[in-house]
Parts: sequence; C-alpha cells; structure tokens
Amino acid sequence: MRRVYFDNNATTPVLPEVFEAMRPYFGEHFGNASSIHHHGQETRAAVERARESVAALLGCRAAEIVFTSGGTEADNLAIFGLASAGDHVITSTVEHHAVLNSCKRLESLGCAVSYLPVDSRGQVDPDDVRQVLRPNTRLVTIMMGNNETGVLQPVAEIGTIAAEADVYFHTDAVQAAGKVSIDVQKIGCDLLSISGHKMHAPQGVGALYVRKGTQLQPMLYGGSHERSRRAGTENVPSIVALGKAAELAREGLEHGGLCTIEKMRDCLQHAILGNFDGVGVNGEGAPRVPNTTNLYFEGLEGESLVIALDLKGLAVSTGAACSSGAIEPSHVLTAMGVPPDRARASIRFSLGKQNTQEDIEFALALIPETVVRLRELSPVYKKTALST
Amino acid sequence: MPNTQTIAVAMSGGVDSSTVAAMLRAEGHNVIGLTMQLWNQRRLVGHAGMPEAVQGRCCSLDDVYDARRVAETIGIPYYVVNHEERFEREVVQPFVEDYLSGRTPIPCSLCNNHLKFDQLLIVARQIGAETLASGHYAHVEFDEDRGRWLLKRPADLSKDQTYFLFGLTQEQLSHIIFPLGGMTKPEVRERARRHGLVLAEKPDSQEICFVPGGDYKRFLDAYLAERGEALPDTTGELVTTSGEVIGEHKGIHNFTVGQRKGLGVATGSPLYVIQIKGDARQVVVGGGDELYSRTLRVRRVNLIAVEDLREPLRVTVKIRHRHEPAPAMIEKTGAHEALVTFDNPQRAITPGQAAVFYDGDVVVGGGWIV
Repeated sequence: MRRVYFDNNATTPVLPEVFEAMRPYFGEHFGNASSIHHHGQETRAAVERARESVAALLGCRAAEIVFTSGGTEADNLAIFGLASAGDHVITSTVEHHAVLNSCKRLESLGCAVSYLPVDSRGQVDPDDVRQVLRPNTRLVTIMMGNNETGVLQPVAEIGTIAAEADVYFHTDAVQAAGKVSIDVQKIGCDLLSISGHKMHAPQGVGALYVRKGTQLQPMLYGGSHERSRRAGTENVPSIVALGKAAELAREGLEHGGLCTIEKMRDCLQHAILGNFDGVGVNGEGAPRVPNTTNLYFEGLEGESLVIALDLKGLAVSTGAACSSGAIEPSHVLTAMGVPPDRARASIRFSLGKQNTQEDIEFALALIPETVVRLRELSPVYKKTALST
Repeated sequence: MPNTQTIAVAMSGGVDSSTVAAMLRAEGHNVIGLTMQLWNQRRLVGHAGMPEAVQGRCCSLDDVYDARRVAETIGIPYYVVNHEERFEREVVQPFVEDYLSGRTPIPCSLCNNHLKFDQLLIVARQIGAETLASGHYAHVEFDEDRGRWLLKRPADLSKDQTYFLFGLTQEQLSHIIFPLGGMTKPEVRERARRHGLVLAEKPDSQEICFVPGGDYKRFLDAYLAERGEALPDTTGELVTTSGEVIGEHKGIHNFTVGQRKGLGVATGSPLYVIQIKGDARQVVVGGGDELYSRTLRVRRVNLIAVEDLREPLRVTVKIRHRHEPAPAMIEKTGAHEALVTFDNPQRAITPGQAAVFYDGDVVVGGGWIV
C-alpha cells in the first residue's frame, strides 16, 4: 500500500545526507569525545563542528550550544536550570507539555507560575507578559511555533519586554527550527530549545542555546561535559546528525526551500476548504510555520478520521497522543476558545522535506470520500445538519 | 463466514478478545483492533483514601500494552480511541447516583449499550468495518421467521454474558458478532496458545473495571472528593418491615438488598437488608424469609426477540448475573415498563440490577429493576 506521511510535527524521517554523515560515528569513528588520544580527538572535532552548525542555524556562538537528549530535556534544563523556590515564572497555556508540565512541577516546588491566555488565533499578547511581571519574576518561557497549529508567537516583542525587565527569556523553538529563520539576537532570548527529530535528524538528540553568562543549574551531574552544563558522554552520531540537519536546514531557509512546502500546504488547505462545508482552519489569520495546517471538519471525530485515513495510507494526527496512544482533548485548541466538539473534530496536517506534490494529490483523492463516509455515520453531524 | 470482510475487534487486552482477533485474522478477514480508553486510572490516585499507586485494570497501560502486543503478533492495525468523557457521563455518573439513591448498579450493561456497541460501533463503521466483533460469550443470529436479530446464550453457560447485553438494539445486533459463542473458556485459551498469544494464561478480570479492588465505597468517596463534593449525607434509620426503628445506619450507599453483614445491630435471629428507601434514607431489615418476593417492576425495557409485548408472555427471568433464570410471566405496563410475576418467590430482588427475560436460550429482552 502506498503510504504518505503528513505528520512531520510528530517526527521526521532522517534525510539520507544526515544518515550518511552520522554513519561513520557508529563504527569507524567510535571514540569518546573526552579522550586524549586520536580516537577521542576525531569525535571531539566532529562534535564541535556540529556545534558550530547548530550555532550558525540559530545565530549564536558555538560555545552557547548545549547538546541534550532532545527537546524535552532542553526545555527542562532551561526551566529547572533557572527557576527555584520563591521565583515567579511566566508561560502560556498553549505550550508543549515539556514546558507545561515542568511549570506544574515548579509550582509544587514553591514557584508561582502565570499561564498567559492566547487569543482565538492562538497568539499570546506581549502586553500580557508586561502585565503579569513581578519583582521576583525569574523566567519567561513562551514557545516560538506551536506544535498543533503551527502558530508563531510574537517572540521578538516578548524578548524586548523580558530584556527591559531584566528577566530571562526561554523559547521552545522545537517546531520552528528549520521551518522559519531563527536569530537569537533578534528574538532577544537567553535560552532556546531545539529537537533533532523534528528537523530530519534522529530521535534522541536536541540542543539548548544558553546565552553566554547565563548561570544555569545543571540537572545531570557527572563529568564536565558540555562545559559542565550537561554531564554524560556525548551521543556523537546523533550530535553529528543534528549538525548536518542544521546545515541543511540553514541552506533550505537561505535558498527558499521552504516555499515549496508552504505552497503544498496551502494547496492542500485550499482544496479541502473548497471541498466541504463546515471546514475551517484553527489559527486562521495568525502567522504560522510553513508546513502545518490544523483543520476542523464539523460533525466528526478527528480520531476516527485519523484512523480511517491511516487505514488508507495517509498519516495525519489530532492533538497530542497520550501514553496509551489514545487522544486527549487538545489543550491548545481549548485555550484558543475552540468549542470541545470542534476541537475533537480537528486534524493536523504537517508536511516535511520529503513530501511531494503527488503526496498532496494522493491525500486530496482520499480525504473527500473518507470525510463523507464519516459524516454519514456520525450521529453528531446528522443532528447539526438537521438543526440548521 | 465465507467471504473476506473488514471486521473491527473490540480488544481489551484480555484473552477472550485477543483470541477473537487472532481467529478472525486466521480466517483471512481484514481485522482492525480497537481499544477504548474509558477511564484515566491516574485520576483518583491519592484522593480520599484511594491507593497512591494505580491499581484498577480498566484501560490500564498494561492492558493497552497487551492488546497492542497481540495486534503486532497477529499482524493487524490497532488503535486506541478515547471515550473517557462519554464513559463518565453514561456509566460512572449513573453508577454513583444509583448507589447514593439506594440502588445497586451494573455499569457493564451501561457500557455495552452506550459505549462498546454504540460509540465503538460507530467508529468501526466510520473506518470501514461493517462488523464489530467482541470477546463476549453469547450468540447473535438472524431469525428469518421473525425477521429479527436474536441474542442467545452461549455454549459455555458458565461464561454466559447475555445478562449484560440485553440492551442491544436490532440495529446494533445486525453489526455485531461474538465468535466465542460456541466455545468454552478452556477451548478459548487453547486457541490463544495455538495462535502464539503470550497472554493465553492471563487471568480473567471479574471486578468492575474502574473500581480498584472492587471497593466501590472508597471509589465513591474519591470520585466525589475529586469533584470537590463531599459524600452527601445518606445516613438514616434502620427499620423493620413493620416500621419499627431499631437503629441508625451510616449511609444507604453502604447497603445492598440481601446483605447480612455490617448492619450494626445485634438480634437473636439473622437480619438481612430487605429494601432501601432512597427518599426516606431508610434501610429496611428483616428475616431471611422476608427477602423473597414474587413480583418486580422494570423500566427502560428493551425487547430483542419480539417487537412488542402485546400480551403477557411466559419466560424465565434472571435478576442478577449469578442467578438461575426463574419461570415467570411478563406483562407490559407502560411504554417501556413491565411487570414480572414469578411462579415462585425470588430472593433479594435488587433495584438497579437488570431483569433479563429468556425463552430457553433466546434473550427476549430485559429492563432495569425499579
């Protein structure tokens, strides 16, 4: 069966160039990057080259990059590395759970946390950040691009406000990295998280940008790896892969490679919106990353649509999957004021570099018949149709 | 089944439903495994005396893990669908309200009617499966003469689950199959072994899935505490059948008709709960002989084998899961109400339980005991 993958915000395939770059570090170049001898020097050089590539993608110095096991660890390191009992932290209601649940943990450790609302398009009002600032505010952590809707937050404005107030600003850029250009100087952030597997590097590697001079309490204790900010022998093959992926991402952004993805996304979205009644975009009108669109199909369960499409070869998703694999109502759409029925009827399409126009056509051939069948069998849709 | 069909299987992670999936797959059908996520086991952890560690079985990650392993072993697509909200509304809340009103509920029937063979069947059909199979021990067949779908008792009467399925509609039955209806439990385990299912020896689950350890009183406390409500005051008087007050009780939800222990009064002869008067918050107690009654009334009647009860019908009636169906006449008393008159008085007829009518092996219908 032909399978098309439109769930690149969940994870992306490792690009062949990236895989080739990391391959020698499983066998041929196996050294511990901390070793003095030749083998160690080889891998140390590779790790530092990767650090430079990641730094180049983010517009910072190589020394400001800390490699982690992924986006979640980067978020945790930023949050727990800075905030402690008695501090005040500002975040938003639409963050990824890596940030949201870290903030909940902070509360139980004696921190106060302000969760800023978003408007119906999914954006935080930067003024709200100013409003809730307190003398003991230690950290503002607000994401750059949302994983479910792709909506971009006004991070540069928030960065300015945080800088004026002399408060640390962290942004979770896991869903933005490689999709929009990132310049930590322009954003004015002190910390920024990225994840390898959302940008065609493997799962299990990420990085945190930490502005020079930021005093970060480490979470893992051990050797003096990563300038004593993250102990543990480096995951060399994956770090090399992240470096390569960052390089490719930067080239893509510079040469307008994302335009193709954006065009395909828009083509998909327009065709679906034109095909059905009761369909719309969650986050309509807000700036979004170019690969994502989150659509609602009134009167049906997104969960059923995801399963029905998967059985026909198209991989898409609804909200965040919980540990059992079942779908929980999206906190992001709920925070945007989307009514529960509509939140449950929402589907995320997220494209990647590997997708083609043929993939879009494949999807557009499947979606109409599937939606029609689901609606025919939906007790909810019949009810709404009758009442209007 | 000669033709290849697309069949969804309601998989719980237990032996029965896993074997159904394996059997249908071996027969060459396109099988899709579905598990309903109905209750978040972490929810009540630590509330009002609930254990800190997760203990209940319903929708536990272990069961989902087992179901997923089976799906992988037999090579079928598998999905978990979330129906927590509806489960709470249609099953958990009525369960709590029943106990607080002096009734003894059966959540499994509500779950079958409102979740498993309603919502899950809708999902199954939406994703392209016209048939939903489950691991229940029962038979479904179409009776040409009557022009109706019939629900019948299974070959293994010790596993008979028709009592919990009396609420199924003709529409639902027309889309359901129970492939284990002709098998005994040991045969099912043998089939599971033959299909290489590692969970072939997994013990049966008996308790109410969302109530850890079967302690429903603790569950009520924890559930209400989580909602920020105190357990309503359901304390009241302990009275005899002649109306004499002989003591106080600690809340009607602590009692079930027929209960003997925990009445808190000492008398010469054994005392039983005869009736629970929800409005008056009274628990009526009496001797064992007073537990017997010849009639009962049911509401929300669902009929399967017949379209309507035009005239009184001779049937056998089962008034709890472990009850031998007893001969009786049933008579319609309202749109969805009926009167059941037994040939011989029956012990401990319990409001909140179901009375299910049988004609031999055929389920005629059933209703909820008032």
